[in-house]
Amino acid sequence: MFQSRTDSILSWILRGCAMTSGAIVVLIFGFMLIESWPAIHQIGWLRFLSDSAWNPTAQEPGQFNMLPMIVASILVSIGAITLATPLGIGSAIFVQYYSPRLVGGIYRNIIELMAGVPSVVYGLWGLVVLVPIIASWHPPGPSLLAGILILAMMILPTIALMTMAAFQNVPADYIRASAALGLSRTRTILSVVLPAAKSGLFTAVLIAMGRALGETMAVLMVTGNVVQLPSKMFDPVRTLTANMAMEMAYAMDVHRSSLFVSGLLLMGTVVGLVLTAELLSRRSRHAET
Amino acid sequence: MPKPELAPSFPRVHRIGDRLFAMGIWGIAISIVAWFAWFLIDICVQGIPLFSWEFLTEAPRNAGRAGGIGSILVSTLLILAVCLSVSVPLGLGTAILLSEYSARNHRFGRMVRRSLDILAGVPSIVFGMFGNALFCMYLGMGFSILSGGLTLACMVLPILIRSTEEGFRSVPNEYRLAAAATGMSRSATLTKLLIPAAVPGLTVGLVLGIGRALAETAALIFTSGYVDRMPESLLDSGRALSVHIFDLSMNVAGGDRQAYASAAVLVGLLLVINGIASLFANRWLGKKILRQ
Repeated sequence: MFQSRTDSILSWILRGCAMTSGAIVVLIFGFMLIESWPAIHQIGWLRFLSDSAWNPTAQEPGQFNMLPMIVASILVSIGAITLATPLGIGSAIFVQYYSPRLVGGIYRNIIELMAGVPSVVYGLWGLVVLVPIIASWHPPGPSLLAGILILAMMILPTIALMTMAAFQNVPADYIRASAALGLSRTRTILSVVLPAAKSGLFTAVLIAMGRALGETMAVLMVTGNVVQLPSKMFDPVRTLTANMAMEMAYAMDVHRSSLFVSGLLLMGTVVGLVLTAELLSRRSRHAET
Repeated sequence: MPKPELAPSFPRVHRIGDRLFAMGIWGIAISIVAWFAWFLIDICVQGIPLFSWEFLTEAPRNAGRAGGIGSILVSTLLILAVCLSVSVPLGLGTAILLSEYSARNHRFGRMVRRSLDILAGVPSIVFGMFGNALFCMYLGMGFSILSGGLTLACMVLPILIRSTEEGFRSVPNEYRLAAAATGMSRSATLTKLLIPAAVPGLTVGLVLGIGRALAETAALIFTSGYVDRMPESLLDSGRALSVHIFDLSMNVAGGDRQAYASAAVLVGLLLVINGIASLFANRWLGKKILRQ
């Protein structure tokens, strides 16, 4: 094809843009690796799990046990997922199969609104409203439970919106066939729609899990930030993300570097979840066509 | 949205189980709305009484317990400006390359797309650490509006590119064929035809990106910093609105009222922005972008 000079300059500029955008991820991985190298080198992987406590600023040798924070991150996320998944799927069923048209539209807008609220604002509300309620019920208040409740509220829109999209991909023929067979609405949803949308639901949960693990501010504000293995719902905990946000400001040397190790761990896990989700949804798309 | 032809097609048998299930679904919906209403009303009731012109323009005093959020708003806007002035050209260029200049399965395009997918999944706190390491330390910008804005630019890039690409894809292919048939050069086709036609998509991407950037806190705490003075240059540290809310509620005893008022301002801003986005998306793009 004929190419003028401006055309080829333009095409090189565009290529440069795309290259830069694509390189950011590599840059992030690179910097996380470089910054965490001193800690991995001097402390070694094992001590992050086997040291007696998290006390990185202590006189030589500091202690770097991240296990309680890893456990806290996982517990908060799993708790939030268990709470938000039925609610999110329920919401999608409501919009798709139960609500009158207008109500469904409004409900969908509300869910979209929930997705747009910044995490600090959820955190603020959790701190001022939710934590005192939990405290009056069972002190001290800032706790694993508070974290789970706030986080559930935050990931619910993700699950609900993605489930709605999955329901929309269920072929209308399935539903017509089910109605023709005389199945009730409930039966149709439970035995036809949900199985047909299974991979979409699974993707939604994986993505939500990634968001929950990576969420920082709201969790930091309501969980109390005590590094410990929680034994009950009312114990304060500190998640990996909260730890990074709190200590990054003053951390030096190996301490700083060990925070980057936790960042790398977090990034690896979340990216793994996102990629798995992507792979799943792509495979199901292939299976359909 | 149920398709109208499908809605009434179920047999109207009401067994106990069906009733219970329907009640459960309605119960879930109502309780979520109630929960969110409680949250929203609380923010409004506690935040709005403090609203005034002075609150929006005055500088914070006494660590934010008194005064307003004037300097905070200026910092926020500056961070946003830095973010957009880097991410918009970069995102536009990338989106054009991906949708117009490379075949759908071209290897380079596929790699860029994959890496953007991964970028979209990176947690915001990791962006913050990366920004701190690269912009603040390695490039020597320190805690500054510039570092914060650049960090946010990396973060909003995937959203920007995705919706811009969608915008280009919604331009009918006839336009391109017609342009080629009349012998227009590719660059002329792009600037005179495709970009104007893709404006709705660009707008949605822009608005979503702004929303994401305004809501962000974790990536800014240790890139743009905490200083609540009026910034004098882009190399000054400046406190974003979301960081202000965080600081007031966590580190300042008695800052709750001001935190609520700032939160009401932030939520209000985001409401307007999301409203604009869904208006545009509904009108021109059929909601496809907002779905993710």
